[in-house]
Amino acid sequence: MTERVAPTRTPAFEARLKQRYASERRFRVIGLSAIVFSLSVLAFLLVSMGYNGIGGFQRAELTVPIDFAESGVAGDASTLSGPTGISALETQGLPDVVAFYAEQALGAEGAAELSPGAWREVAEAVVANPDILRETVTFDLPASADLASAMRGDGGDEMRALAERLSSEDKLDRNLDVGFLERSDATDPQQVGIWGALKGSMLTMFVTLLLAFPIGVMAALYLEEYAPKNRWTDLIEVSINNLAAVPSIIFGLLGLAVFLWIFPTYRSAPLIGGLTLALMTMPVIVISGRNAIKAVPPSIRDGALAIGASPVQVVFHHVLPLALPGILTGTIIGMARALGETAPLLMIGMRAFIATPPDGFTSPATVLPVQIFLWSDEVNQGFVERTSAAIIVLLVFLLVMNGLAIYLRNRFEKKW
Amino acid sequence: MSTTLLLLVVLGLALAAWLAARARAWSFQREVGARGLRSLPNYHAWYVALWVALPALIFLVVWSVASPPLVLQSVLASEAASALPEFGFKRESMLAEARAVATGAAPAVFNPEAQGLVEPFRDALGTFNLIGLAVTIVVAFVGGAWAFLRLRPDFTARTRVERAVMTLLLIASLVAILTTLGIFASLVFETARFFGMVSPIDFLFGTHWGPDPMANAANPDGDTYGAIPLFWGTIFIGAIIAMIVAIPLGLMSAIYLTQYANPRIRAWVKPMLEILAGVPTVVYGYFAALTVAPAIRDLALAAGMSNPSSESALAAGIVMGVMIIPFVSSMADDSITAVPQAMRDGSLAMGATTSETIRRVLIPAALPGIVAGIMLAISRAIGETMIVVMAASTAANLSANPLEAMTTVTVQIVAMLTGEGSFNHPATLSAFALGFVLFLVTLGLNFIALRVVKRFREAYD
Repeated sequence: MTERVAPTRTPAFEARLKQRYASERRFRVIGLSAIVFSLSVLAFLLVSMGYNGIGGFQRAELTVPIDFAESGVAGDASTLSGPTGISALETQGLPDVVAFYAEQALGAEGAAELSPGAWREVAEAVVANPDILRETVTFDLPASADLASAMRGDGGDEMRALAERLSSEDKLDRNLDVGFLERSDATDPQQVGIWGALKGSMLTMFVTLLLAFPIGVMAALYLEEYAPKNRWTDLIEVSINNLAAVPSIIFGLLGLAVFLWIFPTYRSAPLIGGLTLALMTMPVIVISGRNAIKAVPPSIRDGALAIGASPVQVVFHHVLPLALPGILTGTIIGMARALGETAPLLMIGMRAFIATPPDGFTSPATVLPVQIFLWSDEVNQGFVERTSAAIIVLLVFLLVMNGLAIYLRNRFEKKW
Repeated sequence: MSTTLLLLVVLGLALAAWLAARARAWSFQREVGARGLRSLPNYHAWYVALWVALPALIFLVVWSVASPPLVLQSVLASEAASALPEFGFKRESMLAEARAVATGAAPAVFNPEAQGLVEPFRDALGTFNLIGLAVTIVVAFVGGAWAFLRLRPDFTARTRVERAVMTLLLIASLVAILTTLGIFASLVFETARFFGMVSPIDFLFGTHWGPDPMANAANPDGDTYGAIPLFWGTIFIGAIIAMIVAIPLGLMSAIYLTQYANPRIRAWVKPMLEILAGVPTVVYGYFAALTVAPAIRDLALAAGMSNPSSESALAAGIVMGVMIIPFVSSMADDSITAVPQAMRDGSLAMGATTSETIRRVLIPAALPGIVAGIMLAISRAIGETMIVVMAASTAANLSANPLEAMTTVTVQIVAMLTGEGSFNHPATLSAFALGFVLFLVTLGLNFIALRVVKRFREAYD
C-alpha cells in the first residue's frame, strides 16, 4: 500500500505550481519594466533636451574694449533717443569703429570672426546709456557662427586653431546669453532670440482664450443644464466629441480654407492662428466643463430653485461658481495643448521668417513651437543648441501651466 | 486699429446705458417701492445695455468683413488705380504696400509706383472709418433708446434678459456644429475641385505619388497623384510600428498600475506617464530627428546594411509609439477597472494566480474597451503631424522595410501647402483631398470606438 498523498502535493502539481509562480513573477516584472521603460524614455528625452539646451542659453563672445573718447563717436541723450538713435550712430561710422577696435584687440583674423551684427549691440548699449561715450568700455560681442562651432570642436583646422588661441588669451569665452530671451529670429545662430516667437505665442493664446473660454463654458452650461433631450442636442454632442478627436492638421486646413479666405491680408497673423486654435480648444473646454458642472450636486440646484431663483439665476449664481475651478483646470490643460500645437499654424502660414516681434494681433508673427520647427530645419550646427533652448522655454511654460492646473484642482475642487 | 476703437466705443456706450437704465429703475423704485418693481434694477440695466451692445456688435462684425472690399473698390475707382497692372502678383503687392503705408503699418513704400495709391487709400480708409463710426453710434443709440423707452415699473426685464442669455448659450453650443460643417464643407469643396482635375480612381488606387507643383496646372498627370504609397506609409508608421511599441508598453503599464502597484506609487506614476502625452509633438519630432533616427541609422550600418535611410519609418514610428503609450494605458486602465470586482474575486478564489486572473479573466472581459482604446490611439497616430514631418521622409515609397524612408498623408499635406505652388494647382488641392480622407478615417475610427465603449459599459452596468 503506498502512502496517500494529497492531490495538491503530488510532484507533478508541485512542479506546475512552481512554474505558475515563476510565470506570475515574470508577468509582474514585465509590467514593471514597461513602466520603467516609458518613464526612462521620458527622462532621457528631458535630460537630453536639458543638456543640449543649456548650451543654447550661452553663446561664444569676443572681448573687445572700445575707447569711445578716442574714436570720436559723439552724441548725447537727446540726439540718440528715439528710433533714429541707432542709425545716427551708424552714420557716424560706429560699425567701422567697432571693427577697428576688434582688430586691435583680436588681430585681423579674430576681428573677421566677429558676428556681422555685433556693432548693433554696441549701438544699443550706447543708446541705453550715452554717458559711456566718454569712457573706454569693454564689450562681450558675439562671435561668428563659424568661430562658435569651432569652439565646440567642429569646423576647419584653421578656425579651431584661432578659437584655441583666442580662448587661451581669454578673449573668447562662452557667456550666459540673456539676450536670447529678448531678441527675435535671425539667420545667424549667434544672433537669434526667442522673444519674437514668445510674444507671438502669447498674442495667439490670448485670442484663443478670449474665444474658446466663453464659448466653451456657455456651450457646456447649455448642454448640461438646459438642453432638451432631442435630435439637435444629440447632434451637438456628437459634433463636439468628434471635434475633440479630429487631427489638429485638419483645423489648419479649415483655417486656411475659411479664415484666410475671409481675411486674406492677415496671413500668419496671431488673430487667425488664435481663431484656428480656439476651434480646436473649444471642444476640450466643453468636455471638461461638462464634467465639472455634472459634479455639482443636484441639491444645490434644488435649494436655489426652492427659494425662488430662476433657472438662469440658479446656474449663474450657484452652479457656475462651484464648477469654475474644474472648468478652469480643463481650460488651462486645453490651452497648454494649444500652446504646443504646431501643425495647424504651419498651414495658415505662421512659418515665415520674421525678424521683429509682432506688434499687434494682425501683424505677421510666429509662435514658439513653429520657431522650434524652423530652427530644427536649419543646417547650421549652432541651431541645434538654440533649438533645445527654445524647447526648454516651451516646456517651462507648459510645466507652469500644468502645475497651475494641478494646484487649482487640489486647492479649489470640492468632493461632494 | 479702427475695429478696436469701435469696439471700445460700443462698450463705453453700453456701460453708459447700463448706468442710465439702472438709475431709471431706481427712480421707479422710489416712486412705487421695491415691491412694485417686477425686476431688480440690475436687470433693467442689463436689458438696455444688451440692446445697445448686441446690434452694434453685429454691425461691427459685418462691417469688419465688408469694409476692406469696399475700401478696395473705392481705391480701384480712383484715377491712380488706372496705372495698376491688370492681374497678378505685382498688382497685389502694390495694393498691399499702399495699404500698409496708408494705415501707418509701414513708414514708406518700397515700390515708387505704389506711391500714387497711398493717397486714395488714405482717403478711402478715412471715409469708411468715419462711416463705420457713425453707423455704429447710430445703431447703438437707436437700440438703446428703444429699450430705454420701454422701461416701466412692471416691465419684465428679467425674463427678457434671461431669454437673451439662453439664446446666447444656444448659439455658443451651435459653434461646434458650425465648425464641423465648416471643416466638412471646406474639405468637400476643395476636394471636389481637385477631383475635377484628377480622377478619384487615379488618386485612390494609383501607386505612384510625386505631384509637381510647378507643372502645368491645366492638364495634370493623373499618374503622379496615386495616394496608395501615402496611405501605406501612414498605416505602416502610425498603425503598425507605433502600435507595436505602444500596445505592449501601454497595456502592461496599465495592468501593473491597476493590479500590482500600491496606491501611493500609482498616484505618482500615472501623472508622470501622462506627461508623455503632454510633451508637444514638435519636441518629439525634434527628438526623433536628432537622436532616434541617427541611432537607428547607425544600428542598421552596424548590422551590415548598405546605405540605410536617415529618415526611416522606424524612427518616426517608435517615437510616435512612445507618445501614444499614455493614451493606450489610460484607456486600458479605465476598461480594466470597469470589470466588476466579483469576476476578479471569483477567479482568485478558484486558486488562480494574479497574472492568470489578469490574462484569463480581466483582459478578455475588458477586451472591447481595450480594442476601442487602441482604435482611438490609431486615429491619434495617423493624424499626428509634426513627428512625421520632422523625422519621416517626403519621398513616397511602397515598401514593407521599416528602415526605408516613407512618407505619410500628413507629411504630404504640409509639404503641398507650405510649398510655392499656387492655390489653384492640383498639387496644392491634393492636400485637401488627403485631409478629407484623413478626416473620414479618423472620424470612422472614433465613431466605432465610442460605440464599442458605450456598449461595453452597458454590459457591466
